[in-house]
Amino acid sequence: MPRYHADLGGTRHAFDDLRAVLAAASPARSGDMLAGVGARSAEERMAARFALADLPLAALLNEAVIPYEEDEVTRLIVDSHPAPAFSAISHLTVGGFREWLLSNAVDGAEIASVADAITPEMAAAVSKLMRNQDLIAVARKIEVVTRFRNTIGLSGRLSVRLQPNHPTDDPAGIAASILDGLLMGAGDAVIGINPATDDTDTTATLLELIDEIRLSCAIPTQSCVLAHVTTTLELIRRGAPVDLCFQSIAGTQAANRGFGIDLALLGEAHDATRGLDRGTLGQNVMYFETGQGSCLSANAHHGVDQQTLEARAYAVARAFEPLLVNSVVGFIGPEYLFDGKQIARAALEDHFCGKLLGLPMGVDICYTNHAEADGDDSDTILTLLGVAGVSFIIGVPGADDIMLNYQSTSFHDALYLREVLDRRPAPEFETWLQNMGLLEHGRIADHLPPTLLADHIPLLRDARG
Amino acid sequence: MLVAELPSIRDRFRALTQARLLLGRAGQGLPTRALLDFQMDHARARDAVYSPLAADGFADLIERPVIEVASRAKDRQEYLQRPDLGRTLDPGDAATLPAAGGDLAIIVADGLSAMAVHAHAASVVGALLARLPDWKIAPVILARQGRVALADEIGAALGVDMTVILIGERPGLSASDSLGAYLTWDPRPGRRDSERNCVSNIRPPHGLSYEVAADTIVSLLKSARRQRLTGVGLIDDGRRLSP
Repeated sequence: MPRYHADLGGTRHAFDDLRAVLAAASPARSGDMLAGVGARSAEERMAARFALADLPLAALLNEAVIPYEEDEVTRLIVDSHPAPAFSAISHLTVGGFREWLLSNAVDGAEIASVADAITPEMAAAVSKLMRNQDLIAVARKIEVVTRFRNTIGLSGRLSVRLQPNHPTDDPAGIAASILDGLLMGAGDAVIGINPATDDTDTTATLLELIDEIRLSCAIPTQSCVLAHVTTTLELIRRGAPVDLCFQSIAGTQAANRGFGIDLALLGEAHDATRGLDRGTLGQNVMYFETGQGSCLSANAHHGVDQQTLEARAYAVARAFEPLLVNSVVGFIGPEYLFDGKQIARAALEDHFCGKLLGLPMGVDICYTNHAEADGDDSDTILTLLGVAGVSFIIGVPGADDIMLNYQSTSFHDALYLREVLDRRPAPEFETWLQNMGLLEHGRIADHLPPTLLADHIPLLRDARG
Repeated sequence: MLVAELPSIRDRFRALTQARLLLGRAGQGLPTRALLDFQMDHARARDAVYSPLAADGFADLIERPVIEVASRAKDRQEYLQRPDLGRTLDPGDAATLPAAGGDLAIIVADGLSAMAVHAHAASVVGALLARLPDWKIAPVILARQGRVALADEIGAALGVDMTVILIGERPGLSASDSLGAYLTWDPRPGRRDSERNCVSNIRPPHGLSYEVAADTIVSLLKSARRQRLTGVGLIDDGRRLSP
């Protein structure tokens, strides 16, 4: 017996369970079609939205999309749900929740006060009733501030992860990319390298490289080598200079198992990294990456749509008080997000859901060469997310990641966004840029000598001749 | 400054990495030349993804009979959105494959770059055949809209012990014509990626040469035949391999 339905124009559209309503209500995307869970017609999609709009928020708490007994992410969501905070919104339907979030009477602080009581399924559900402008209007109300050696997420600010990847992890090549990024005002979110191999010695070498640059130039930022959490734990045991602990995460226990992690391991890593006590302003020490489609890709989606599963990954993230979280929104390929329109929608959903759940949300705005997307799509998404108040974006030299072979955003793109939306770097980093003579009237100075910082970087002294 | 210094420093830095460093700026944006260079590289990659596989003359090039097949993905749009269809044979084509058995089937598929197949596949096939004179090798299969796992169904239909599929890799900005080779022992639908071995970036002169690629593939094939497996468990030259 179908448990959800909408009667429209004499036709009854029925849905077997909450999963089916959520999936059918989701804006069209290739990954949900690949999984066989998306709406079969445009009208069915609307019927699901009508059904969803009338659903009480409490119904999303009472019916798990993945059974409690089978999935530790569901258990985390249910067991950590604070009933007292929920009382402020428990009377709302999903449609009413949308209007409450948009209402002029509800500001960011009020939304933040109920963030812990908003489950990922509630966030995903309301996002499915929201147009792009709603996702932007609500997200920009919410300020999520985190700290390690600087302050990320203040309104009016835009931070950048400096991503200096190299296909063979060559330290001098990576140092050159770091220098380029610093000269362009990037690196306040983190200087974070994706290593080409997860080898512990290589990872240690790269960590020491960033740490040496950071210390010799006195940069108020943090470093990260985005290795597997078990590699980072080993590095901590070895005494390597670990600032942040990175891990890719997903919204189901089975998908996380595919990543070689579970909640207990993340907890162990969180404790070990905090125990190093290297943050000067705060102790947000985790860095998580996510992305729609990762559960389906791991054959671990339980018939749930990819956007709802993505929101569940944020429940995993918020359990560990991260410094940074970003969706890598176009990386997974066209079988999950086909074109620029689908990638843009997903980027806004991910940013909105992350902020709504209380996360310091950035986005890796990116595309692969087999997706129907190009630099113009990146510019559009970048601008939309800037208006929505994205905490940080990625900076790669010339937008071309030569190790991961995809196109992300560039140092130039970050400067563009700071210019057109009048956003500034993290305050401590901004002061550093000023003291180094890199900023001139609030902008990166023209005609900077590339020798300016190279003198401080041993690997580059020879290269500059 | 220093503007005068920039080109020489840029050259020295660029010797360290292929990253697009020290591009300069126009306001906050890219200088025109850097903008066009990037768009040109992307245009080449896009053309590679949408390049149709040209079968004409392939049999002559390799001096062997060739059987053409297609996956269930009817065009590029469907191929890109439905990897499951790219892994299964068009039902009409499955019946045309001779179940004659053999040591090896060589399958050539467009994958994400037919340009890579056009540029390199015939040479790699030739180099492989020259190195395997005593092996019983099935007719070469040329597959349209194919993914790596399509080789499993083809290999099972042919009844061969092992397959190697040469397939166009996802184009990057720096290379649109890179060919990959995936080896699978006892091919049948349902094989996992961890049960294959891969030789990637076959793309002379910047990537692997045909000779080095063929030597590596043949070494893996011989090890796989001895050990009766491929994938993470295969030991080649005394080394355990990653898939």
